[in-house]
Amino acid sequence: MSHKFDSYTIDEIIDEFGAQPSSVIAILQGVQEKHRYLPKEYFPHIAKRLGVSEASLYSVATFYENFSLEPKGKYVLKVCDGTACHVRKSIPILDRLRSELNLSEEKCTTDDLSFTLETVSCLGACGLAPVLTVNDKVYPAMTPDKASELLKQLKEGLVDA
Amino acid sequence: MENRNNIMIIDGMPVEINGEKNLLELIRKVNIKMPTFCYHSELSIYGACRMCVVENEWDEIEAACSTVPRAGMEIRTNTERLRKYRKNILELLLAHHCRDCTTCRNNGKCKLQDLAMRFGIDDVRFPNTAAEPDIDDSSVCITKDANKCILCGDCVRMCNEVQNVGAIDFAHRGSKMTISCAFERPIAESPCVGCGQCAAVCPTGAIIVKYDFHKIWEALDDKNTKVTAQIAPAVRVALGKELGVAPGENAMGKIVAVLHRMGFDEVYDTSTGADLTVLEESNEFLKRLGEGGHDIPLFSSCCPAWIQFCEKKYPELLPHVSTCRSPMQMFASVIHEQHKTSSRRHYHVAIMPCTAKKFEAVRPEFALDDKDPVDAVITTQELIQMIKESGIIFSEIEPEAVDMPFGSATGAGMIFGVTGGVTEAVLRRVSSDKSKTALAAITYQGVRGLEGIKEAVIPYGDETLRIAMVSGLGNASALIDRIKEGEHYDFVEVMACPGGCINGAGQPFASADAKEQRGDGLYAADKMCSTRRSEENMLVMDMYSGVLKNRVHDLLHTHYTARGE
Repeated sequence: MSHKFDSYTIDEIIDEFGAQPSSVIAILQGVQEKHRYLPKEYFPHIAKRLGVSEASLYSVATFYENFSLEPKGKYVLKVCDGTACHVRKSIPILDRLRSELNLSEEKCTTDDLSFTLETVSCLGACGLAPVLTVNDKVYPAMTPDKASELLKQLKEGLVDA
Repeated sequence: MENRNNIMIIDGMPVEINGEKNLLELIRKVNIKMPTFCYHSELSIYGACRMCVVENEWDEIEAACSTVPRAGMEIRTNTERLRKYRKNILELLLAHHCRDCTTCRNNGKCKLQDLAMRFGIDDVRFPNTAAEPDIDDSSVCITKDANKCILCGDCVRMCNEVQNVGAIDFAHRGSKMTISCAFERPIAESPCVGCGQCAAVCPTGAIIVKYDFHKIWEALDDKNTKVTAQIAPAVRVALGKELGVAPGENAMGKIVAVLHRMGFDEVYDTSTGADLTVLEESNEFLKRLGEGGHDIPLFSSCCPAWIQFCEKKYPELLPHVSTCRSPMQMFASVIHEQHKTSSRRHYHVAIMPCTAKKFEAVRPEFALDDKDPVDAVITTQELIQMIKESGIIFSEIEPEAVDMPFGSATGAGMIFGVTGGVTEAVLRRVSSDKSKTALAAITYQGVRGLEGIKEAVIPYGDETLRIAMVSGLGNASALIDRIKEGEHYDFVEVMACPGGCINGAGQPFASADAKEQRGDGLYAADKMCSTRRSEENMLVMDMYSGVLKNRVHDLLHTHYTARGE
């Protein structure tokens, strides 16, 4: 999927944080918030305005786990696998979601770009373990069955995320 | 020792601190060969390799490269614990490194190999997890093998800080970290300009200059091929200790002799081509000034890495770049014209200090009669390799003169190999005072020295000319920024490698002192020439009524086009 280059939006994001090398992370976050990933078509323009190389933008984008260079699904599900969630059985939740969505460790996004399934090291909500998030909404005390039910509701558009 | 306020102790010895920026500099000053991978005085401090660790008075361990010396400080550089740590680091690097040293191009020049030897690493306790070679062969100038990379980052800092090219950077993190172009593109599709300075600082064989000399042996072995060569100015002063030559010593005669012995039919001096360039570039400069100063400043066009840099990064400046071909290409065009009707196949070799010339040689802009006038470009390193392979004992060989019909060059052409040289040669040409005093006076105008940005203000008629000379592409960018802000220059000489061609990436590795001696060697060679102004080269002047008649534009000029980023 290639993104049509939209210099108006990108300039708006750059201007918001300032066209300087120290704003790289904030700007990339801004782009990712808008597109749910970092379209590579934007890199030359950002590099030019910030006065950094495309290679160094790529360096930042690949360093942080949170940035994605691949398009993501409409719903991004993050199953927490931090210590607390792990011992309270987060892996069976992950396994259930993977099998229902036909995804794997390598393939994280469904072909129709509706779901992306990832793990995350800790969401800082250990008291609610095991936790998963859909986009930015937190679902506490999950079980494989509750996860299946949530997935079903998302597919039918019964819940907003 | 009078002033106790600037004394510190290194291994029990009192040492005076004299403005050194870091402990490492001070330690090396007192003749301790501190091991490092990631430290280069011209690059920023990275502090990653941890080889230069020292123990302070509280038994803490610090990296010498990133610690500022303090009066009263007491450090030890060689303790049981430090030796153990250094060995550990080496073992860990080797555990993940290709260990086929005999077939590695950097065999004998590799820092990892050298330090493993120094620290007596005869066994690596960890299993070897080196991956298969991961080679990027796309560039005609350099080759990158990710598997031999130790992630010291020297190449990244050279490419970004000194050259402002930004072709490579670190990518990914942790154990997956690599050095990569944006989006893992091949080097040939990156902003790389082929200057090769990354290879010059790489401590291992991870980035190497591409070698092309094997095909020259083939041409030399073929009886139906006439092989000619041209030798760039900077090559003659850089052979160095590998062949038993003192730093900066002019070995031109010996190189010519050795090439003759290898079977080259004719050997020429690229300085002859440089004389042509001086005449053409001076004409172009005066013409532009005369026509009301359009597209001024005029930028020099001898350096192929600068040309690519301009095409990729500053396409709007291309009208300001001289249309002159480089000395190598001008000379190759003339030599091509001379041979094109011959029944024997002609093969022309250019011996250069430069990796970017390999790219210049295959540029379609320079093709004549559907053929590249230069068939192969080899670097000084490759020449040394060929001499070694041939078995000829270099120290024993008697110097010989270059051949006819193109065997005449002036001192002006020779100083092209050092920053400021092109400018000095052009000034000699455009100056109306043709006396010896005038020649000497030009040298005091600020054209000499290895500083990255030099300026000269030269009287010309009733006016003055403002000239800038830059070496290192980062410096070129800094100057271009100033020009864009409105600063006026009439002529700008750009050389991509810091200090000029004498420090080209194709040259063998040398210390800072030895590099300076290379420049001195070229200026000494210039002084020994009976003709020191390009227009005094009768042979070149004759070309204008001979081989160049009505062909000046076709053979000596070109135009460049923007190459999108």
